Amino acid sequence: MKPFLEKHFGKLWLLVVFGFLYLPLAFMVLFSFNSTRTDARFTGFSMRWYEALLNDSKIVDGFFLSLKIAAVTGLLSAVLATFAAFVLVRYRRFLGRTVFSGMVNAPLVMPEVIIGLSLLLLFVGAQNLFGWPQRGMLTIVLGHTLLGMAYGMVVIQSRLLEMDRSIEEAAMDLGARPHQVFFLVTLPNIFQAILAAFLLAFTLSFDDVVITEFLSGPGVSTLPQVIFGYARRGINPTIYAAATILIVTVTVVVVAYAVWVARATRKREREMAAAIRG
Amino acid sequence: MNFPMPGKRFVIGVPYGWLLLFFFLPFLILLYISFVDMGGDISPFKPLWDPVSGVLHLKYENYLDIFRTEEGAPLFRTLYIDSYLRSIWYALLTAIFCLVIGYPFAYFIARSPASVRPALLLLVMLPFWTSFLLRVYAWKGLLADQGVINRFMMAIGITSEPIPMLYTNVSMLVGMTYVYLPFMILPLYANLVKMDFRLLEAAYDLGTTPFKAFWLVTVPLSKAGIIAGFMLVFIPCVGEFVIPSLLGGPENYMIGRVVWDEMFTANDWPKATALAVVMIAIIVIPLAFYYKYAGEQAEQR
Amino acid sequence: MNDSSGYLVTEKVVKRFDEALAVDEVSLSIRKGEIFALLGSSGCGKSTLLRMLAGFETPTSGRILLGGQDVAAVPPYERPVNMMFQSYALFPHLTVWENVAFGLKREGLPKAEVQQRTDEMLGLVQLTPFAKRKPHQLSGGQQQRVALARSLAKRPKLLLLDEPLGALDKKLREQTQFELVNIIEKVGVTCVMVTHDQEEAMTMASRIAIMSKGRVLQVGSPSEIYEHPVNRFVADFIGNVNLFEGKLSVDEPDRCAVESGIGQIHVGHGMPGTLNMPVAFAVRPEKIEISKQPPPPDAGPNVFKGKVKEIAYFGAHNTFIVQAANGQRVKITEANTSRHDLSDITWEDEVNFWWSTTAGVVLRD
Repeated sequence: MKPFLEKHFGKLWLLVVFGFLYLPLAFMVLFSFNSTRTDARFTGFSMRWYEALLNDSKIVDGFFLSLKIAAVTGLLSAVLATFAAFVLVRYRRFLGRTVFSGMVNAPLVMPEVIIGLSLLLLFVGAQNLFGWPQRGMLTIVLGHTLLGMAYGMVVIQSRLLEMDRSIEEAAMDLGARPHQVFFLVTLPNIFQAILAAFLLAFTLSFDDVVITEFLSGPGVSTLPQVIFGYARRGINPTIYAAATILIVTVTVVVVAYAVWVARATRKREREMAAAIRG
Repeated sequence: MNFPMPGKRFVIGVPYGWLLLFFFLPFLILLYISFVDMGGDISPFKPLWDPVSGVLHLKYENYLDIFRTEEGAPLFRTLYIDSYLRSIWYALLTAIFCLVIGYPFAYFIARSPASVRPALLLLVMLPFWTSFLLRVYAWKGLLADQGVINRFMMAIGITSEPIPMLYTNVSMLVGMTYVYLPFMILPLYANLVKMDFRLLEAAYDLGTTPFKAFWLVTVPLSKAGIIAGFMLVFIPCVGEFVIPSLLGGPENYMIGRVVWDEMFTANDWPKATALAVVMIAIIVIPLAFYYKYAGEQAEQR
Repeated sequence: MNDSSGYLVTEKVVKRFDEALAVDEVSLSIRKGEIFALLGSSGCGKSTLLRMLAGFETPTSGRILLGGQDVAAVPPYERPVNMMFQSYALFPHLTVWENVAFGLKREGLPKAEVQQRTDEMLGLVQLTPFAKRKPHQLSGGQQQRVALARSLAKRPKLLLLDEPLGALDKKLREQTQFELVNIIEKVGVTCVMVTHDQEEAMTMASRIAIMSKGRVLQVGSPSEIYEHPVNRFVADFIGNVNLFEGKLSVDEPDRCAVESGIGQIHVGHGMPGTLNMPVAFAVRPEKIEISKQPPPPDAGPNVFKGKVKEIAYFGAHNTFIVQAANGQRVKITEANTSRHDLSDITWEDEVNFWWSTTAGVVLRD
């Protein structure tokens, strides 16, 4: 037994931890089909919770609101993250660089309570002074973007550092002005990273609870807010149904993306090998 | 490139301006409000300084109330202090658990064949892409007295009665470790995957056992990753709000929840901001550590 | 050295990075249509100078005149200068055709003209069938040709080459050397190239500037530099050389002699300077004759004796290291078509070696 453990320790550890990671997911998927409202045991197969889900207007409305907010956040975050990544990677020296770097990276680690609270104060203050903005979709987007920008920047910065800068010099040498260099050469080459940043910001926004709770207004309820409300009150397998749909969607998208990337990489490698030979 | 590039001011200005407005300014306001005397007024925005008489109206009580219950009472014996300490303790434990579980995990992924690694990483990230709220909610069901885990343990004979796990330290820590595990794994993995394992082979060659080599070579080399990961878990965990709300009981209140209650239940905005400022003061040092080691990581490219 | 009638002229160009002086008052005059090489080892400042010519760095002081106009402050996208990068820097997201057409499109030329000139360029480098491919689908040599076509498409006044053969393997390098020069001469563009490889410079360029520590040590044609190096550094940098330290013992207008460790060396040219000043005599290994037999009567006054210590057979030539009486090691190369019978020379043999009075040069510094 002991030599077996030692030899396969790594694989066992991976298996156990993966099991830990996926246990809640499996649990929810299974119990979303439970015929009764209990977490204790599986009493029978039923689709009733899916029906309930589609009929629950709060959930459905929340879903679409979250979608809208996440889409705008994603876009805004991707743009700002690109700017920020550019600044940090390309401009080595400027006034207040450390401060800038600190501010951009902080939302990655800061407790959301602090971010939510301070932004709320900003908006209330602005409202007192200018009568605007009202707390609602706009304020939520602004709060989420702070987070999305920080995460997105990590992705884009990484890609910018890898990118071969001589192609930008080549473009300038051939007559492209700096803004043309950016749009014609740099952007196409970091596009995948920007897309990843968008998706990351989108996901974070769609899933956010704390900042949303601080910054939302009356009559505005995002999907996480609805779920959070239900969750505090008790067991509701409708939520499991929602979870299952989400899990299936994410899995399909991620797997499809991974397969597509693997295929594209293999194709590219084949082409390069053929070029060297021929 | 060393020639003056047009547009530099614009490119720096946009994100800088955004951050100053939505990050820096709110913090100043936070600080400001923590010194305000509300006194029954609805709006928390009152001037601190009276231009006519030149008197500064700083209400220190907002802070003092955090540290003592009343005039003359001993310091550091308030419920607030309790929740700060509890929060730090939970965050510390969570970070340690994440490290203990996550380090070997990241290590084994980094050591697995290059063709398998992307798939494994994908498997780690997949739960992260599904809603964190939902996954925490699932633990509510799993850890219930009549829940799956208890029933399983009773069924195989570990215990004859359901062990109360929900709304206790157990559920809190399980939930937090679960949620923050990927945050520990990723920086560790990023660091370990770049490590030259030939160094280990050299150590074996010189007579070290694998166990010793691990502690003498691998761990020190991954120091930056360990610290970055530790901070990435510890710092946000201190201010956690959702997990204590869903999986914790009244004795497990963390400071994030306390701030919330002061803000929206007691409507004492200055007190809430003072609590938040103290929270920031607590995480400033770990934050500095994070910046230092995360920066080191990035430079190791 | 300051002939300002050149097409590309640098006047006392200096580049300082914080404390480090990368380029130290370089003044060059390059003629229209010539291929000019900047040769030196890494850190000598040649790349910095090239980048200043391209516009990626601005000189700390000095002027750069192209066709009479000072371009030192002109940004790279406004200069009639194009560069072929060491890594080629092809745009990975564009096809070969689009890469080559890139510069032309920036000029706002009509579509038909862009098409015609791009096709012409692709024809020039013989890559027409590859027009629709992407860079990663090409071999290294093909990528280089795309880079070349791209840098010539705009008909620049100055073409810059950054270590053009650096990325190629040896076989390909030889072939490409001549191809490159042919295309450049056919187009007739003035060309400055940067390299650390002597062979590259000697084969491709019509004139070479040897650089070290930010300064230009000597400018001349390959043969000038090789046969008449101006100082020890240059003599040693290009090819192989034997240096004999000594004092000037005879100082006449048309001849001189150096009293050195191996004896008196007679030189068939005059030397500006004074008697007894310290000098070095430089002679290339292939200019020295070697034999076990006594030298023929026309060998001249520079005859010395020594013992063979090392022998290396290179196929086309043989190299001998001979230790002279004073212990100095002399390198001698003989081609295998020598009229002396060399096959009988072996280690520890006592040999005679000699060279003519015009075989080497006397160097002061």
